[in-house]
Amino acid sequence: MTIEILMPALSPTMTEGTLARWVKNEGDKVCSGDVIAEIETDKATMEVEAADEGVIGKILIPAGSQGVAVNTPIALLLEEGEDSAALDQHQSKTAPMAPATESASAPAVVSSSPVSAPVADDKTYAHYKTLTVREALREAMGEEMRRDENIVLLGEEVAEYNGAYKVSQGLWDEFGDKRVIDTPITEMGFAGLGVGAAFGGLTPIVEFMTMNFAMQAIDQIVNSAAKTRYMSGGQMGCPIVFRGPNGAAARVAAQHSQCYASWYAHIPGLKVIAPYDSADAKGLLKSAIRDPNPVICLEHEMLYGQSFELPDDEDFTAPLGKARIMREGSDVTIVAFSRMVGHALEAAEALVAEGISAEVINMRTLRPLDTDTIVQSVMKTNRLVAVEESWPFAGIGAEIAAQMMEHAFDYLDAPMVRVHGADVPMPYAANLEKLALPQPSDIIEAVRTVCYRKAA
Amino acid sequence: MKFSARLKTVESQTSAAPALDLVRAWREMLLIRRFEEKAAQLYGMGLIGGFCHLYIGEEAVTTGVLSAMRPEDSCITSYRDHGQMLMMGMDPKGVMAELTGRIGGYSKGKGGSMHMFSVEKHFYGGHGIVGAQVPIGTGLAFAHRYKNDGGVCVTFMGDGATNQGQVYESFNMAALWKLPIVYIIENNQYAMGTARKRHAAGDQSQRGEAYGIHGHKVDGQNVSQVYAAALEAIEQARSGKGPVLLEMDTYRYRGHGMSDPAKYRTKEEVDQWKDQRDPIETLRARLLKDKLASEENLKSIEKEIKKIVTDAATFAQESPEPDPSELYTDVLSDASI
Repeated sequence: MTIEILMPALSPTMTEGTLARWVKNEGDKVCSGDVIAEIETDKATMEVEAADEGVIGKILIPAGSQGVAVNTPIALLLEEGEDSAALDQHQSKTAPMAPATESASAPAVVSSSPVSAPVADDKTYAHYKTLTVREALREAMGEEMRRDENIVLLGEEVAEYNGAYKVSQGLWDEFGDKRVIDTPITEMGFAGLGVGAAFGGLTPIVEFMTMNFAMQAIDQIVNSAAKTRYMSGGQMGCPIVFRGPNGAAARVAAQHSQCYASWYAHIPGLKVIAPYDSADAKGLLKSAIRDPNPVICLEHEMLYGQSFELPDDEDFTAPLGKARIMREGSDVTIVAFSRMVGHALEAAEALVAEGISAEVINMRTLRPLDTDTIVQSVMKTNRLVAVEESWPFAGIGAEIAAQMMEHAFDYLDAPMVRVHGADVPMPYAANLEKLALPQPSDIIEAVRTVCYRKAA
Repeated sequence: MKFSARLKTVESQTSAAPALDLVRAWREMLLIRRFEEKAAQLYGMGLIGGFCHLYIGEEAVTTGVLSAMRPEDSCITSYRDHGQMLMMGMDPKGVMAELTGRIGGYSKGKGGSMHMFSVEKHFYGGHGIVGAQVPIGTGLAFAHRYKNDGGVCVTFMGDGATNQGQVYESFNMAALWKLPIVYIIENNQYAMGTARKRHAAGDQSQRGEAYGIHGHKVDGQNVSQVYAAALEAIEQARSGKGPVLLEMDTYRYRGHGMSDPAKYRTKEEVDQWKDQRDPIETLRARLLKDKLASEENLKSIEKEIKKIVTDAATFAQESPEPDPSELYTDVLSDASI
């Protein structure tokens, strides 16, 4: 029977890629394990190996094709004894992966759409360009490293491998061994080394492959980086950035899917940023590198590959401690950070049909929290929904609730509602994982609740 | 005995190096001891609170090691840090006022015994988490190398700290990148109340060998031997050959902290160290025997030290507590960016 060779996924979050090159041609005999093609994503190039023996009967996707969805049949393999007539009878039974999750369809509400253009506080620039979040982070580091030779980047696989998630791609080529440093897998050690280097006058950017692994290093972050300015009576600070992907990726289960926003935001002496789009990523990271305090930059793997518009200007930065109104509205305020901003925008767009005008605030910085912007919005809309990917208990939403009690109690026409991840370790099963994470539909439902509305 | 043979090598190799000024070393050790005795007294009076880890008995270690440093070098240690601070040239008044939690202290009273720093004197703390100063010191060495300033970081840790994983994470990186660092184990025989033989397997001076970090055992009660070993180690680290490890065999006369009655060891054991190996008494006898100083010289030094310590204690009691407005300052730098 003819066997379909499918476009493979290189990583848990890959939904599509480029078929770079065919190594085998039609008519070639292959054994299992033979390399038959090369595929590329913005993160990596990988070889596709044959899983079965046979003869390449037909190549369905030509070399150079871009945007090939995972699970698309890319070739047909004839088993021993089959002839090419079998190819004509072949009917594909495999459906290519639909742009899998809400996040993959989220670009509908991002840069190309006017609703996401920065509103209110951001100034306008003469030129704009489109970059992925990954490229924006890279550009921030590259520009700052060119500006100040005391900035170094260190972490696992940041140099020769070009970054586990390809954020640092090309930086080692440009800045070399001295400034872009591959560390051993030794989080507590290299986090502490970074702190010492900062005490010694450098500005280290410490990349954690994911923030999950920073738990190994949290003593150095909290006790050594965050508290030293205070403990030294202001004599000595720790100018350092700890950054890496935070929160849930896709199907990587409990130990690799955790949001640390409230952990770090709890600590006096730290600043905590959580960029959503490319403008946030570049602008906030540049400000973080220039800041004399230790800054935690919580990135999101699911956003790395998403493209957004941002100012095409080397002087562009985004201020720390300032939220950004992504979409103005009058009936309800939705406040979110990181990937959940995309979900909030999607929900806001859908709510238009129900006659609800939602204002979406991208918090951008979790500490210091821009409470004023949220309060101002609540004074206008009188209703509030806070969205976070993480667990509810003692979370960012809980903090916002407390802040609203203190600063906006008289302006609320309904109790604030939190949308958050399920209060369980992240499950692996696809259906359970989806249930554990906030979806745009959850935000829509929460908005209906605070607006005392029923589903249309 | 393995370590004495090594020490001989150390001494012979450094014969051309600058000799340690023994009178000065005696003075430094005496300052540390009298300072610590005064701190204990103020603690007893309720003027110093919380944790206060005294260095009495271990004076030769920091005195010998830090005498071998150059001005461009840096130092970092654990919470048993008063000796290092005094040896790094920090003002005894500022240190004592920090112990009493006053505005005149090095950290404006916000740090206390375990958290003092002097960027000016290249002293980077004062760290309260066992072993945490070791990666930080390794990072200071990284900065020395990056800036090519010729400096070496001397990183102290206790024998208890050598069982922390981050120490080995640091050894690995320091050896891999040949960082200019000397790791000093102050083996005072007890990790809090647990005797060395009950907490540390093997020979602690050899704990770096697998990383290619050569280790030497040194008589930490003999300031000359400490100095000679440290000088060679520091200069080796400076030369780009990578880190060196020294284990200083020493003893703390007091408990781990002020509230520790130290009942885990016998009086005979303590007396033996005090009577036979006390670094200050031993050196005093040698100074007199070799006629490097007269009784009169030493008496005048004692008088001078007494005054320094008394002045420090007076300052530490007269300096006011920090203004309540200091509660919320120094959390973040608000320097514009």
